[in-house]
Amino acid sequence: MSTATITARTPSPRRGSTVLRARRSLVVSGLLALLLVAVLLSLAVGAKPVPPGDVWHALTGATGTENDIVVRSLRVPRTAVGVMAGIALGVAGALMQGHTRNPLADPGLLGVTQGAAFTMALAIMTLGVTGLYGYIWFGLAGALAASAGVFALGMVGGPGGPTPLTLALAGTAVSAFLYALTSALVLLDQQAMDVFRFWQTGSIAGRGAETVVQVLPFVAVGLLLALVNAPGLNALALGEDVARSLGQNVALTRAVGVCAITLLTGAAVAACGSLAFVGLMVPHLARPLSGPDHRWLLPYSGMIGAAALLLADVAGRVVARPGELEAGVVLALLGAPFFVALVRRRKPVRL
Amino acid sequence: MTPSSAYGPALRAGPTSWRLRPRPALTALVLLAAAVLLTGLGMRLGDIPMSLAEVARAVVGDGPDHLVVMELRLPRALTGVLVGAALALAGAITQAVARNPLASPDILGVTPGASVCVVAAIVATSSAAGGAGGTLASVGIPLLALLGGGVGALAVYALAWRGGLDGYRLVLVGIGVSVVFTNVKYWLLTVGDVNDSGRAMVWITGSLNGRGWEHVVPVAVALAVLVPATLVGTRSLGALRFGEETLTGLGVRPDLTRSLMILAAVLLAALATAAAGPITFVALAAPQIALRLAGAAQPPLVVSALTGAVLTGAADLVARTAFSPVELPVGVVTAVLGAPYLIYLLVRARRKARS
Repeated sequence: MSTATITARTPSPRRGSTVLRARRSLVVSGLLALLLVAVLLSLAVGAKPVPPGDVWHALTGATGTENDIVVRSLRVPRTAVGVMAGIALGVAGALMQGHTRNPLADPGLLGVTQGAAFTMALAIMTLGVTGLYGYIWFGLAGALAASAGVFALGMVGGPGGPTPLTLALAGTAVSAFLYALTSALVLLDQQAMDVFRFWQTGSIAGRGAETVVQVLPFVAVGLLLALVNAPGLNALALGEDVARSLGQNVALTRAVGVCAITLLTGAAVAACGSLAFVGLMVPHLARPLSGPDHRWLLPYSGMIGAAALLLADVAGRVVARPGELEAGVVLALLGAPFFVALVRRRKPVRL
Repeated sequence: MTPSSAYGPALRAGPTSWRLRPRPALTALVLLAAAVLLTGLGMRLGDIPMSLAEVARAVVGDGPDHLVVMELRLPRALTGVLVGAALALAGAITQAVARNPLASPDILGVTPGASVCVVAAIVATSSAAGGAGGTLASVGIPLLALLGGGVGALAVYALAWRGGLDGYRLVLVGIGVSVVFTNVKYWLLTVGDVNDSGRAMVWITGSLNGRGWEHVVPVAVALAVLVPATLVGTRSLGALRFGEETLTGLGVRPDLTRSLMILAAVLLAALATAAAGPITFVALAAPQIALRLAGAAQPPLVVSALTGAVLTGAADLVARTAFSPVELPVGVVTAVLGAPYLIYLLVRARRKARS
């Protein structure tokens, strides 16, 4: 893998690359182990604790005991949604920061989060849509439409695709515009307000198998596009002119990246609420481990994102018994201080 | 946008000199006139509609409308314009220090800290439990906003300082701190009664409803002191976009400059937020709009402040008239007006760059 790496560094002699390879396999196995622990905890911990033996029983040969039902019908879908959303947001965040070359860029920057929020509020108000499954589709539609609009605005008036700065500023402007409309809607309609305020906190509680099925195709296609996009993004990191002289189609690379970001973030946000800040923080945690190569940064970010979201969700089930605290709040309260500590400890890896 | 228009005659006074740039100066004059006009137009609105001439007569004269205009309408209109200017100036400074066009006082912890304190107070003194009204609300909420903003800014500054103040680390720490505050705020909104959440939402969005002289004075004083102070530091602020070595070579002390500038931005943002809430989008958009209007390399401070004043003043006018008699919070309209205009400027700049 590392022979064809396009990085700003000169490839070191053989000894260096062996060290690098050993380090990478160590990090990958460490992250996989972390994710596995998070998944197991998410299956076992909750209002009704399920012993590890029973979790295994439920997964391999369920016989319809109470624990089997809890694990299979509640915990498994919830965990699956958490893993999917975490991976999606982590990868989308890394893509977004790579494309805009801005550490402040969160995956909702292209209007995805606010697009979803606006259409959902509108659907609740005008069509009387209630229930989670009803408005996921509206959220997705809004996310896709807003993102496409931002990209189109970035394209207007210039060949070769939008520059990172126009993309970021146009996205921020459209997001602010949509947020303003949403707040006007929820201020006028109390029912919409009541749904919106819970959506805004971000949670994976109570998501069933249906949500998994709804969201999975979008996440799968998004991840595929992200993988395809990684080498091109590495070239873009050298600057657009260098990338072009290396034979990159800059506009195409940007378009693929925007598609991936939109699908991943749109799916995650429609299913779990406004959790886009996960994608803002996670790449900063992954970058010191991966270095600037996006082919490693994207998977690392995905794994860290999933583990972080699941662990936050598990912590939220424990701290506020008998109730639960939303994953978004826990993630902010636990994850953000951890993030700040890491930023302080080492010299930040610049984009 | 042509470089030649940015050079003009130099004004010298003793050891200091400023270059008078025609385009920013002209932009500033036009914006100032617009801000004054918008203040006047805002004062026409109310239970008794007035014409501009009647407003002017009521301000100078001693007629029956004098009291209404001076005690109710003028302070409200002034709050809007001044708060907009203060937020925009804070945003321009933040963007220059962070060297990032997406930065705003949110990154300094001011607005998220203020928001979380005020939302907590509104939810805790819920209307169901009698609620805090009258003096307690009108004095308590600004004080709480000031306190929260101060605590938030202190947290960001203390955590970002590590043997020096690095703009990049400041941005990252700011993200972390504002994520905590913002999500706690979201959570608080789900805890209370829906009505309280609604009232809190109005404050978070930014509202000028019922603002009086007690809201005008602190912001006006802050602007009067800090606008000259920041102008003195403009040269150092402009130098911040170069690297550390260049700064030392230019004789700029980067940590001191950044710290003083951030202090100014924090004070401006905190006082503005205390007066009218964190009016959405002004601090982020006004500097970017101003930069494109003035044809500058980085947000020009005075033009940014005037852009913020015009944006907020115009937004308040629309917020009060569009769905009359229902009045929207001004923060809803600032983004609805500002966002399309910023996008228009972006598109136009790209068209020009191509041709």
